[in-house]
Amino acid sequence: MAYTEEELKKELETKEYEYGFYTDIESDTFPIGLNEDVIRAISARKNEPHWMLKWRLDAYEKFQQMEEPDWANVTYPKPKLQEIAYYSAPKSQVKYDSLDEVDPELLKTFEKLGISLEEQKKLAGVAVDIVMDSVSVATTFKDTLAEKGIIFCSISEAIQEHPELVQKYIGSVIPRTDNYFAALNSAVFSDGSFCYIPKGVHCPMELSTYFRINQAGTGQFERTLVIADEGSYVSYLEGCTAPARDENQLHAAVVELIALDDAEIKYSTVQNWFPGDKDGKGGVFNFVTKRGICHERSKISWTQVETGSAVTWKYPSCILKGNDSIGEFYSIALTNNYQQADTGTKMIHLGKRTKSTIISKGISAGHSQNSYRGLVKVGANAKNARNFSQCDSLLMGNKCGAHTFPYIEAKSKTAKIEHEATTSKIGEDQIFYCNQRGIDTEKAIALIVNGFSKEVLNKLPMEFAVEAQKLLEISLEGSVG
Amino acid sequence: MDLKETLLSSYLAFDAQDGPQRKLQDERAAAIEVFEQQGFPTKKLEDWKYTSLRTLTKNDFSVFPKEEVNLKLEEVKPYILQDVDTFKIVFVDGIYNAYLSETTHDGIDVCLLSAALTKRKFAPVIKKYFNQIAEKEASLTALNTAFTKEGAYIYVPEGKVVEKPVQIIHFATDKNPNMILQPRNLIVLEKNAEIQIVERHQSLTSEATFTNVVTEIFTEQNAQLDYYKIQNDNFEASLIDSTYIAQQKHSHAKVHTFSFGGKLTRNNLNFYHKEPEINSTMKGITLIEGKQFVDHHTLVHHAQPNSESHQDYKGIYAENATGVFNGKIIVEKEAQKTNAFQQNNNILMDDKASINTKPQLEIFADDVKCSHGCTIGQLDEDALFYLQTRGIPKKEARGLLTYAFANNILQSVQIDSVKKRINKLIANKLGVNIGFDV
Repeated sequence: MAYTEEELKKELETKEYEYGFYTDIESDTFPIGLNEDVIRAISARKNEPHWMLKWRLDAYEKFQQMEEPDWANVTYPKPKLQEIAYYSAPKSQVKYDSLDEVDPELLKTFEKLGISLEEQKKLAGVAVDIVMDSVSVATTFKDTLAEKGIIFCSISEAIQEHPELVQKYIGSVIPRTDNYFAALNSAVFSDGSFCYIPKGVHCPMELSTYFRINQAGTGQFERTLVIADEGSYVSYLEGCTAPARDENQLHAAVVELIALDDAEIKYSTVQNWFPGDKDGKGGVFNFVTKRGICHERSKISWTQVETGSAVTWKYPSCILKGNDSIGEFYSIALTNNYQQADTGTKMIHLGKRTKSTIISKGISAGHSQNSYRGLVKVGANAKNARNFSQCDSLLMGNKCGAHTFPYIEAKSKTAKIEHEATTSKIGEDQIFYCNQRGIDTEKAIALIVNGFSKEVLNKLPMEFAVEAQKLLEISLEGSVG
Repeated sequence: MDLKETLLSSYLAFDAQDGPQRKLQDERAAAIEVFEQQGFPTKKLEDWKYTSLRTLTKNDFSVFPKEEVNLKLEEVKPYILQDVDTFKIVFVDGIYNAYLSETTHDGIDVCLLSAALTKRKFAPVIKKYFNQIAEKEASLTALNTAFTKEGAYIYVPEGKVVEKPVQIIHFATDKNPNMILQPRNLIVLEKNAEIQIVERHQSLTSEATFTNVVTEIFTEQNAQLDYYKIQNDNFEASLIDSTYIAQQKHSHAKVHTFSFGGKLTRNNLNFYHKEPEINSTMKGITLIEGKQFVDHHTLVHHAQPNSESHQDYKGIYAENATGVFNGKIIVEKEAQKTNAFQQNNNILMDDKASINTKPQLEIFADDVKCSHGCTIGQLDEDALFYLQTRGIPKKEARGLLTYAFANNILQSVQIDSVKKRINKLIANKLGVNIGFDV
């Protein structure tokens, strides 16, 4: 029997969040509320030096004068910041030498996610710094990295052990006053990852972090800082899944990348926070600030697959400050049911002969709204800057929306900028063609969506690409016509 | 006193005067309230992010002309299309000039809004159409509504094809310096009607002038509109043009905008689709230099199925000129099978020139074909070199290439004499002799 659009829709609606389970680990959670004392307490708990506390308090002071932005093309109930607990750490704070010592409950969680540590260790040679609720509980492959002089640890550890690096670079790309959520994060960030690649070192493995919001009612404020010193290379993976929950959870992370002369950073994200159920109830608010700065001849490449979160508000950006530097942005944003995504990038060309590429693929289904919002800015001194942007949207059904808001500002006559965008649906003839070759409609759609997203999927590291492809299929499973 | 206050106090005097404005008391009172609340738009508004009216509104503009001015034909001849027979509605400093005009009531109405407002037989049309499509909450449109008194009124009844083009021309003279002109045009095309219109604003003074014009156009079923805006004013003139077009089934509205002049030009061009199977076309060439500023804001609101829209804007910016393009396409969820295309290509000729462009799509329907493309670049060095090797001097070569870049917009111009004139203007601007007619 032919697979009808109706059936597809029904299946899609009833498709529950696959990773909606809850890990029972005793945790140490602060009382809810936000004030100076909470910030002092977070800082004290982490045994931070005085400069860090001062930095946080300054951020909090600035934060209080700021207003929550509302220009994005999303609507949601404003998170009540006073009703969130700002710190939650698994109680057993022991560092493990081997995986056997890790809480078996935790390991089960990761197994359910299909990312068992053993497997990853063996298969991909990935060092995983697992962040479970805000504190690192397991770091592997540290020795291999240490040999090369690479520092890969939690940011709290970095503050203790490498204060000079943290102090020099934290807030240098995203100042505390950058925006409302960045200021909030600067004040209350609990943990995150820190990575430093020394001069001339080619990081031998993909560095990876899995984030997970676990405790009910805890907002997560991750802070990531990646520094690639002159001539070095690093590929960094970030992925996340979150358990199903009814109340909205706030996630306001800040990621700063610094690529010094001739360095290259590749930053890949798979985001699969809980998107809310089919009626749009629950789900994570994902308000992330990500930005990198490129010095001479360096390169930063952002790749993201966004399938989760009820509301996403995220613009991984590049400041192309150095001459001949390169910025790239590859994105797939998939929204279903009542999800809303407003995502894109900013490419700020300041140096001469700087280049940027933007490839954005938006897929909207159900009642979702999917927006691309981007800025390409070429300063007067950015001679011979070059940009190419492509934003394609795929719509499934007439209850969803796809929007494009590209801002292009050129102040140099030698700039070459191209932008193109298309919006379309999956062609009936495409599906028909697949059908007549014996491919059922569901598979055909997966095939077509994968083809549509291929340019971006190709940019992901191997292990991630497989997972991302699976994720797209799951998110649209039985999916759509 | 700043300009907003000047205008608000002038409104009281204007309101007290006897005249055709009396007929619109309710509309005008509501409109002045909107303007009083909002004032002039600032850069804080998303729609005015790249366009500042601060310098413009620092001038002290006057609403009332001091005297009625008679112009000799010789003085204004260059600005009026001569080699084609046309109807003409000519205004000098906001006052209708009968000597230069040629209006008609023979089968169609090509006349003045002031006449239409006061004469009884036009009352049903005014009631049905006036201020129906203009955006009531836009402060500059509201300002125009508040001061509505004069403008062009064109009514084409069912099945009528207007045989010659209509020219709407506004002159500003030095007899009434620093005027703010606020013409209001109403154009109604009934079923199967057809018309060609050419609109022009020309300042004859070296003093600053400010024109805030609002045009409402209604194209009923199967009506055909072909509209040309020639903007080649002097460097002291500023123009804010808001055009609202409401289209019914099978109608086709085409608007060409040629922006070559003026100090600050802002075009708000809005198409609203009221029924299915509609076609909208908007094209433009912008060619500016010095410290000129041109801003194109277009909106196509696809609300019904099976419609099409085509947009093609070319911009060439030299010296310190700045351009803005903001093209918005909205496709409502009912508007399945919509085809919407948008293209914006720009060339920056000098280092101080800049362009800000924002092609925007908001799409709620799935079975649509929508695309937009936007480029910013320079003339191809290789092509330039090739022409030079063939003995064409660099300046001419640049001129030829620039001309070629803008040329495809001209191909859809239906009035030969408009095409010739635009050709000549482009050649003059580029400082070359194109040496052939198109």
